[in-house]
Amino acid sequence: MSDATLKTTPLNALHHELGATMVPFVGYDMPIQFPLGILKEHRHTRTKAGLFDVSHMGQLQIYGKDGAKIFERLVPGNIRGLDTGCMRYTQFTNDDGGILDDLIVTNAVDHLFVVVNAACKEQDIAIMKSAFGNELRILDDRALLALQGPVAVNVLVRLAPSAANLTFMTGAAMEVGGFHCFVTRSGYTGEDGYEISVPAENAECLARKLLTSHEVEAVGLGARDSLRLEAGLCLYGQDIDISTSPVEAALLWSISKRRRKNADFPGANRIQKEITEGISRQRVGIKTKGRALARRGCKILDQNGKLIGKITSGCFGPSVQSSIAMGYVIREYATINTVVFLMIRDNLIPAIIVEMPFITPGYKR
Amino acid sequence: MFIKYSKDHEWVSINNDIGTVGITDHAQKHLGDVVFVELPNLYKIISKGDEACVVESVKAASEIYAPLSGEIIQINDLLTNTPSVINTDPLCEGWIFKIKISNTEEINTLMDEIAYKNFTS
Repeated sequence: MSDATLKTTPLNALHHELGATMVPFVGYDMPIQFPLGILKEHRHTRTKAGLFDVSHMGQLQIYGKDGAKIFERLVPGNIRGLDTGCMRYTQFTNDDGGILDDLIVTNAVDHLFVVVNAACKEQDIAIMKSAFGNELRILDDRALLALQGPVAVNVLVRLAPSAANLTFMTGAAMEVGGFHCFVTRSGYTGEDGYEISVPAENAECLARKLLTSHEVEAVGLGARDSLRLEAGLCLYGQDIDISTSPVEAALLWSISKRRRKNADFPGANRIQKEITEGISRQRVGIKTKGRALARRGCKILDQNGKLIGKITSGCFGPSVQSSIAMGYVIREYATINTVVFLMIRDNLIPAIIVEMPFITPGYKR
Repeated sequence: MFIKYSKDHEWVSINNDIGTVGITDHAQKHLGDVVFVELPNLYKIISKGDEACVVESVKAASEIYAPLSGEIIQINDLLTNTPSVINTDPLCEGWIFKIKISNTEEINTLMDEIAYKNFTS
């Protein structure tokens, strides 16, 4: 039975019909896994294609000729420099340089298309409402489906031939199976794939069309988490939050030279200072020796037993076939191949700082 | 030889004073895909209800409690590299450890198959 206080996505009935295990997730009744199970759903996405319901995320449009210019007052990303159809990852920062949320902005010809995290949706809408007023449109009548994996392109072009023309981090409005959609070649798994913004009333029909292909399996939030962690992608609220700056989070690549130089975004002082003077801690990838899992909150120690950081996300990486994690360590220990120790229950488990992503991404650039 | 069940969803196959311990099919289904088993130390003396080892699935870590008091005399090394055996064959190949039972009277506190079936239904 579903909890009546939970919100549902337009695919809720379909999830139940497919036999999903449903859990409350940021106020929504969401599938954590389908009968296939998390490991197989993960591997299927890496080898074929997985269909994810990410309709809980916030979808917005910003109109007005100064949209990109005003947007840059809220984020450190280069929004004015976005060519038509191109998209970019950036963060809402506060005046202290902390991350309020991370988001994707696409230049959709006559407007900006914005996708934000479900957990931060209300805060983000308030931020954008005060910046854009009536130029902000909240797309609460649309679902968001992600089709991810090496054969996602083959499946989608049957319903939308022009999807093949998109390259990684670009998007366009197009018909998918006869429905008016906005499609981007992007995702949260490290694989090639698409995110499809579709009118809520067509979402279930489109999902069923995609699932008729034997190459596509429904995938839940469990595998979504292990896929994004293998891909080295942050989860807001775990790996980044209000206390972490984009520099500490190793997201400096998302701040262009112009934005760094002009320092005209919230928290620019801290971020500029961190760029010139360095940071005290940094987000890193960590691989443990053996299969012991480093869960969130697990302490990271150096060879002398000194506390040097904490794990923010950890799981068994089904494609890496080992225990992987992300965490923050004191800057001196952030160098690749540094040996550290993780306090897992009462045992000290050796681990190593590694480069992220943990897998080779399949993005089509 | 006979099999008993604990309220923590472990099974114990008892042969004289040796108990072989694993988790039930009900437990493995609930846990989901098992990815790591932290096996107990050999020759460790444990009391009924103590944490014996940890089974980690893709969802969470679950403590396995000793269903009986005694000494750990054997561990299933197969689980070190193939923890998924707990999902595929929880009642046989997926056994976790063997214990030399120190107090056979404790066996009476465990459930038989019918009682366990009622407990889980």
